[in-house]
Formats: sequence, structure tokens, C-alpha cells
Amino acid sequence: MQGEPVILNLGPQHPSTHGVFRLRVLLDGEVVQDVEPVFGYLHRGTEKLAEERAYVQVVTLTDRLDYVSAMTNNQAYVLAVEKLAGIRPPERGMYLRVMAAELSRLASHLVATGFFLQDLGAFATPLMYCFRERERVLDLMEMLCGARITFSYMRPGGVVQDAPEDFWPALRRFLTEMPHYLDELERLLAENEVILARTKGVGVLPAAVAINASVSGPVLRASGVRWDIRKVDPYEVYDRFEFDIPVGVNGDCYDRMMVRLWEMRQSLRILEQAAQQIPGGPVRAPLPFFLRPPPGEAYAHVEAPKGELGFYLVSDGGIAPYRCKIRSPSFINLTPLREMVRGWKLADLIVIFGSIDINMGEVDR
Amino acid sequence: MGPWLERNGLYRALYSLLDGLLPAPLGWLAYALTGFIIMLLLVNGVLLGAALLVYMERRLLGRFQSRLGPNRVGPFGLLQPFADILKLLLKEDVVPRGADVLLFTAAPVAMAAPLFLLTAVIPFGQNAYLADLNIGVLYILAVTALSTLAIFLGGWATGNKYALFGAMRAVAQLISYEVPLVLSLVGIVLLAGSMSLVEVVEAQRLPFLLLQPLGFFVFFAATSAELNRTPFDLLEAESEIVAGYHVEYTGMRFGLFQLAEFGGVVVSSAVMATLFLRGWENPFVPQGWPQVLPSHLWFGLKTIFFIFLFIWVRATWPRLRIDQVMGFAWKVLLPLALLNLLLTGVEVWLWPRPTTAQLWGMVVVNWAVALACLVAFSALMERWGRRPTASVVPVRLPAEVR
Repeated sequence: MQGEPVILNLGPQHPSTHGVFRLRVLLDGEVVQDVEPVFGYLHRGTEKLAEERAYVQVVTLTDRLDYVSAMTNNQAYVLAVEKLAGIRPPERGMYLRVMAAELSRLASHLVATGFFLQDLGAFATPLMYCFRERERVLDLMEMLCGARITFSYMRPGGVVQDAPEDFWPALRRFLTEMPHYLDELERLLAENEVILARTKGVGVLPAAVAINASVSGPVLRASGVRWDIRKVDPYEVYDRFEFDIPVGVNGDCYDRMMVRLWEMRQSLRILEQAAQQIPGGPVRAPLPFFLRPPPGEAYAHVEAPKGELGFYLVSDGGIAPYRCKIRSPSFINLTPLREMVRGWKLADLIVIFGSIDINMGEVDR
Repeated sequence: MGPWLERNGLYRALYSLLDGLLPAPLGWLAYALTGFIIMLLLVNGVLLGAALLVYMERRLLGRFQSRLGPNRVGPFGLLQPFADILKLLLKEDVVPRGADVLLFTAAPVAMAAPLFLLTAVIPFGQNAYLADLNIGVLYILAVTALSTLAIFLGGWATGNKYALFGAMRAVAQLISYEVPLVLSLVGIVLLAGSMSLVEVVEAQRLPFLLLQPLGFFVFFAATSAELNRTPFDLLEAESEIVAGYHVEYTGMRFGLFQLAEFGGVVVSSAVMATLFLRGWENPFVPQGWPQVLPSHLWFGLKTIFFIFLFIWVRATWPRLRIDQVMGFAWKVLLPLALLNLLLTGVEVWLWPRPTTAQLWGMVVVNWAVALACLVAFSALMERWGRRPTASVVPVRLPAEVR
């Protein structure tokens, strides 16, 4: 009897590829020998489309990148436009943007944790718990801008509208109740014997490999690297808040899950401080609809929930960007995937892949 | 009517009724018809039980997951399983091109059949059963093992890689778990002094759940694995191999697999109620006293208790990996089952006819040993279980498929 490796196509339609991702896997029995990711099933040409729209209109395109946390996409883009055109938004607008971004981070990490547990084979219970809390975040978002997924809340020069009166009591309630939910989630996940057995020491990403692969976000921090754009290059008003950057020790799947859980608590801290500090005044600088930035280029990056999200814009003085390049964290975080999964079992491949937390809207753009 | 039917009250009642209706030369027909009627009862009972379990499982999972569950079809959504079955019946029955048609068609039937065979020996009420085999326990173990073959047939005949993975996992997992499954029941046979399920129920002066805690733990875990329930649902791990061995099955063929799965839970819970919780006997009012609830109802309640255990586990735990599942069978369940056998053997040797006080002594000893074992094994798992097991072999995708 002679055995030979099997090539298995995981995806593009598969329950745990988080969208239309395809992995060509070379399997020796259950052991993964090699992996080749195949992208492009959700390619919509966002970068090219941006070249044909006025600067304000591109905001709607960014919503569709990482549709789990559209606010941070808005933020990265409007920061790039403001840098390009030399606009300084009013304080209240910046505070609202930061709060929206942190709420987005909460929503995204809840989704990431829930689906990670789903990939581990927990039949929907943690997922439903996470989605129950995400609903509350989405309710707050709906108060801000009327939408629940594709917000288009931010504009170059501020945000589209001030938060309504009833947003603040709702936010206060959310901030008092959310820590208990996070405690509950941690009690459910952190010490579960099966989760420990499945994630501890699995898919270790050493810090050196992570840095070489240009990985960012929770995946990088789980490997023990203290790198958070909010701290190392503070944008908007992040330098006025007190918060910590949770880092992992081992860089395994468990650390990646825990870093996300801890980061949610830090987001709550930021939200609390922002709600106290927020000044009055206008939320949006008066700007013409057809913004014409001077010729030049600008790169702005934010700490999106999945990592460093950057927009590189080139202006030729016209009403639309001459070139718009998106550095999407999901795509670049997939770089070390092969090193992480080789030698592990098929079941681990799914778990490791899930722990990276990618979003196909952002990978394929 | 043979002497072995003398004690079967249900059979006798039905037989005398039919025998009175039919003319004398057709006595053999009454004999056969009685069997058929009980069979009909059992088969339909399992089918209805499986349908109700689907409903119960979905509603309970809804409660566990802070959502509603199905509540649209009929009062409280009670008709949901029937709507599901109707949908499955109306669906197109696809046979994939690469499939081995004969085996592909045979597998669902082979999967569902053992389920009904199992019910033959279970006493579902006082003096109510189809057959009282004197090798009942052995029969149950033998018949449950058939589903391994059906799963492997289905997975292999599909001609799909996911199904093949499911089938390979099935062979590895199900056969491994047969061993502790068999061993865990030997203690009961020793205590009862018989393999007949009817006599096992009658032998339980104390429920065997109290006398055989280790045996129950091993049996429950091994049964979960045999029925591929979480955390051992690797055969159809949705997030990994989509649906495993039944990935290409549609319509009622898929329905048969589902039926076998859910019916398996019902029947296994019934077996557990029989073996570990005194079957149909009223736990509060002893035999011979006036009974308020009929014995069938007690049997049903005990079965539902075990079904609830299965659903509870499913709502709580993530899935294990294949090497962890295999390790659990050979390194944890097998030693535990052997230890339980040794302990029970010594106890039976010491007290061949135990008094009630001696029985309670056995309960204390067995529970102490069971708890000590579980603590010891979890400590061992803590120490050795979490070592990373990746083995990197430098093989790359061949050039022609890149």
C-alpha cells in the first residue's frame, strides 16, 4: 500500500472561510503539508472606482471594505483627505469620530471572537452571545447615523451630523453594562478545557516572523510586539486618553483570542474618557462639496480592529483622487499563513485561519 | 406461545385479544400479528421521538443561545419537524456523477436500520417489550456497531474528498470508541448477573447510575462519540469538512442520515435510562404500591433526562481535534473502563449477594474512586495534553496545480 497526498480545495464556498476565500491545501492524511491562498472572488475594484468619484463620494466605497467595522475605514480615508487638503476638523467632530471608531472596534472584535469559536466547533452559543452584544453597538451606531452596517458617517472635515440627545444616555447605559457582558464572555471562553486544548500552542507566530511579514493589529500584538498606531503615531485625539495596549506572550491562537477580549475593555475605557471630555461646538468644518486638494500625495493610517489600515491618496488638483491605494490589514495579515499552518491538522488550519480574523471585503477590495 | 413470552404482559394481552377474534386454525397468524403490531409501535415511536427531539433540540438550543428557536409552524412551532420532513421529501434526490450508485443508495438505509433493530430489546414499560433476548446488552453493542459501516459506505461511495475525510475519521473514531463502550457495560452485567435488559432493570435495587459512576461516564462519553455529538462530532465537523460523510446527500437520503442521528440520541437515551436509571420503574413509589403514573411515562421522562444531557453538552462545548479524540478514547476512557471493571469485579467477588447496606458501601467506594480518577486524569491532561503537536514536513504543492 502506498499513500499519496491529497489536494483539497477549501472554498470559495465553505462554512469557515469567512466569505469567498479559497485555500488550496495539500494534505497528507489530516496533516497540512502546504497551503496556497487564492483571492479575488470578491474583487470590486474599489481603488479604481475611487478615481472616478468626488472626494466625499469615496466615503461610501470605504464602507464596503471591511463591512464589520465600516467606521474605521471611513476614518482612515477622511484622515488621508484631510492630510492631503490641509483641513483641521473641529474638536467635537474628532471626538465623535474616535468614539465611533472604538464602537466599531468593539463590534468587530465581538464578531471575530464569535466566529473564531464557531470555527472551533462550538455550536453557535458563543457566536450568539457575541452577536447579542454587537446588536447593542449597532443600535448606538444607528442613533449616530441611521445605518447599521454601511455607515458613511464621516466626512472630510468632521462627521455628517452631531449625535442626537438620546445617544448619550444610551451610551452611558452601554458603558455600564458592557463590562459585565465581557466578564461573562471571558468566563465562558478563557478557562474552557476544550478551547485551551485546541488553541494553546497552536499556530504560533513568532514575533520576528510577524514583523517580517508586516503583520499588524491583534495578530501582531498577540506575538508580543507592542505596536498600536493609536500609541506610536497618535491621530485625531488619541493622545488625550489613557489606555493600555494588551500584548500576548506566545503568539498562539489562544493569545490572539485573548488580546481581542482585552482590547475590548480598553475600547470601553477610551469611550468613557471621550464621553467625559467631549467639547461642544460644530462637528464639521464648512467645506465645498467638490473638494479640490492641491496636487500632492498623502498617506494616513489608523489602527483598525484588524490592524493597520492605510489610505494613500494622490491628488492632481482635480475633484477626484488621481490614485487611491488601500493598505488593508486583512490582506497583509494573511502573509504568514503558510508558515503558521504547515504541519498542523486540517482542523487546526481552520482555527488558525479564523484566529487571524480576516474580512474578504478588505482582502479583495 | 412459548414460555419465554409468559412474562411479556403487553404481548400476552395483544395475543389473547387477536386470538379471540381469529378462527382457531389461524392461531399462528395472531402470533405473528402481535409481533407486527408491537414493531409498528416501536418504529413509529422512534420516528416520532426523533421528530420531537429535533424540535426539542432546536428550541432548547435557542434558549441556551438567547434566541427563540423555531416558533412559526403550528402551536409553539411544534409542527416544525414535520414541515422539515415534508420539505426533504419534496426535494430533488441528487446522485453525484462520481458516486458508486448502489452503495450511495444503500448507505442511508444501512444507517437507519440498526436504530429500529435496537428498540426490539428495550423494555419500554412494565412487562412491555418486543423481545427479551438473554444477550440483550451484547445485542445492543453489536447492532450499534453497524452504523460505522454505513457511514464509511456513504462517505466512500460519494466520491467527494470531504466525504472521504469524514469516512476515514468515522472508521478511526467509531471503532476506537467501541472498545470503552463495551467495557463500560461489563460492570453492569456483572452486577445484574444477566445480559437481558428486562433482568437488568429488575436487578437494580439501587440505580446503576449510583453504583457505576465511572461506567456511566465512560458509556456517556463513548455514546456521544458513537452518535457523533459534540465534542466528538468530527465526522461531520461543519467548520472543517462541511458536512463530512453526508456532504453530497440531498432530500430524504439526507433525511435518513439525520433521522439515524437524532433517532440514535433517542434510542441511546432509552438504553441509558434502562441500564442506569432502572428503566420504567417509578423512582419514588416502590413496586407493588399503587402507581399514579404509568410505567411507560416514567421511562419516557428518564429518556428525556438523558436527551437533555446530550443537548446541554452540544450547546456548551467546542469540538476536539482528531488526535485528541483518539487519545481520549485510548488514554482516558479505556483505562477508566478497565478500572471500573476491576473494581466491580472485586466488589461482586466480595459480596455475591449484597445487602442494602453493602450496596450503599459500594456506592460510596465507587464514587470516591470515580472522582479521584477524574481529578487525576484532568491533572494529567493539564500536564501533557497541551503540548503543541505540529510536525512540519517540507512538502510543497506540486508545480502543476499551483
